[in-house]
Amino acid sequence: MKKTYKIEVDCANCAAKIEDAIGKMETVNKARVNFMTQKMTLDVDGDIDQIVKEVEKVGKKVDSDFEVYA
Amino acid sequence: MLKNMTKKQKKMLLRISIALVAYGIALAAPLPKLVQTILFLCIYIYISYDILKKAVTNIGHGQVFDENFLMAVASLGALALGEYSESCAVVLFYQIGEWFQSYAVNRSRQSIADLMDICPDYACIEVNGTIEQVDPEEVSVGDIIVIQPGEKIPLDGIVTKGTTILDTSALTGESIPRQVTVGDEVISGCINQSGVVYAQVTKEFEDSTVSKILEMVENASDRKSKSEDFITKFARFYTPIVVFSALALAVIPSLVTGNWGQWIYRALTFLVISCPCALVISVPLSFFGGIGAASRRGILVKGSNYLEALSQVTRIVFDKTGTLTKGNFKVTQIHVEKGTQDELLELVAKIESFSNHPISKSIKEMYGKSIDTSDVDNVQEIAGHGICATVGAVTYYVGNTKLMTRIGRKVDETACGLGTVIYVCSDNEYLGYIEIADEIKENAKQAIHNLKASGIQKTIMLTGDSRHVAEAVAKKLDMDEVHAQLLPTDKVDCVETLLKKGSEKEKLAFVGDGINDAPVLTRSDVGIAMGALGSDAAIEAADIVLMDDDPASIATAIRISHKTLKIVHQNIVFSIAVKVLVLILGALGLTGMWAAVFADVGVAFLAILNAMRCMNVNGL
Repeated sequence: MKKTYKIEVDCANCAAKIEDAIGKMETVNKARVNFMTQKMTLDVDGDIDQIVKEVEKVGKKVDSDFEVYA
Repeated sequence: MLKNMTKKQKKMLLRISIALVAYGIALAAPLPKLVQTILFLCIYIYISYDILKKAVTNIGHGQVFDENFLMAVASLGALALGEYSESCAVVLFYQIGEWFQSYAVNRSRQSIADLMDICPDYACIEVNGTIEQVDPEEVSVGDIIVIQPGEKIPLDGIVTKGTTILDTSALTGESIPRQVTVGDEVISGCINQSGVVYAQVTKEFEDSTVSKILEMVENASDRKSKSEDFITKFARFYTPIVVFSALALAVIPSLVTGNWGQWIYRALTFLVISCPCALVISVPLSFFGGIGAASRRGILVKGSNYLEALSQVTRIVFDKTGTLTKGNFKVTQIHVEKGTQDELLELVAKIESFSNHPISKSIKEMYGKSIDTSDVDNVQEIAGHGICATVGAVTYYVGNTKLMTRIGRKVDETACGLGTVIYVCSDNEYLGYIEIADEIKENAKQAIHNLKASGIQKTIMLTGDSRHVAEAVAKKLDMDEVHAQLLPTDKVDCVETLLKKGSEKEKLAFVGDGINDAPVLTRSDVGIAMGALGSDAAIEAADIVLMDDDPASIATAIRISHKTLKIVHQNIVFSIAVKVLVLILGALGLTGMWAAVFADVGVAFLAILNAMRCMNVNGL
């Protein structure tokens, strides 16, 4: 399942690092964090609403300002 | 300017201003040393508390190469060395740089959103005689929508009542209004200028042209170009390398010379410029701007990678019909061997009515009467050849020379002019031919010239048409190479061969109208679909979509790509060069922390301003 979220991410480098970290999660097939559009696209199997919460946690670990507006 | 800022940005701007003023006072006012130091410390805490806080949380999560952490180390280190004023300046400039970055990106995001302001807010439907406003997403296929003058067309549909003039400029960049009347297609995103029209919806909102376009532009920056990949990779190594060099610089020379203070100070200078953010942002920002600029001209680029590839295109392959010519066929000659012209035309119209090829359309148009197809049977369309069918008890063949050769019939090829010729024969005799000619687009010749002027080395034309038609058109347009009499599959082979001829750096673009050439669009390095307004297949298959059908847009797109890539390269070279220079000067002790951070923020500032130039399309 694929879904796009509005996010807040502060810098381009952080976005790249967050994309990297989220992409490595087992539950996530593919992730895109777009700094320019402030949007994140997740491709996951399973309960996306649950997974996006974990994604936010992982993202926050990279940069504490990371925010997902679900 | 203020109203364009987010709340967060306004707050930060205020904080920076206060800190700047206080910093000025602390520097200039004749204060006792102790008071001055305390003032600097207060400013430091005021301006850097968020950085320090983030540094602590992020290091807790194991993010060693986090910019906040590195900035905190650098500024606290400077404080420890007694460089109070410098420490404040470093953080202050850093914050200014960050603020500007976020402001610039926000601005460009907004201006692109404005530019793509084609999304309708509501749709009007008629329910029991009264007009109701609803969300476009709630309207289903088959519903009748009412569009008042001045309103945006919310969904794609077909006019059922009324006549009006549409402003398509938001979609095509073309300023000539388009007139529509009953039976014509209207496309979402256009603006109704003059009269009230009723239209029957043909597509759900999420499949409508507007949604497709918005989705495409939004996702464009997800497809990263090689330059962006390079920068991301560079960033990944840059920070660790700078940090380790800083460590080495702090320890090794100090052990040798014993002068710890001096070398630690130089190492801290390194940390100040360890963030690659300016670089990382200026490159995608340039592409974002370039793609936005192109969409304002009715050129939709599906990804940064395609814009980059377009800038390396040296050969362009054109499909003839609908791309260089109008695709507007007109019957120019009817030659009969037997019977009357009307009889032949009626027969052909009957058979061709089963095909939706542009040629069939023009024959039907020429015939002009309603067609009775009750006695037509066994219709078989042979792609690239023609049609065979039985009418009454006789089998007829209607098609080009290839079809005639295939059924073993010899025809007189020399008699015809420069149009496409449709031969007609029955099982046992040759009946005659109909000649249909297509017109070359008015600005096609100029477009080819412009392409040459923007560095395209070779223009190639592919067509299913006969050789003499193809050559005549190519000669008129000054094209370099022609491949005629191609079946749709031959076109793919032809492009494959051309692809093999060029080197990696010499990209090949294919321009088609999206009908029948989806495989070629996909196969070429850059697939450009033309006049794609409303054609889903073309939007799907192409990498770049030209909303209008003006071939001159191709040259515009190429110029935009050249400009964008030039700016991208300038930014990459300039930013890296300044960083390296500052690192060297810092290591030699020729520059202080203050100057280093100033240079770093300055580079980011210039790179971002440079990137924003991409959005400007005037004169392109």
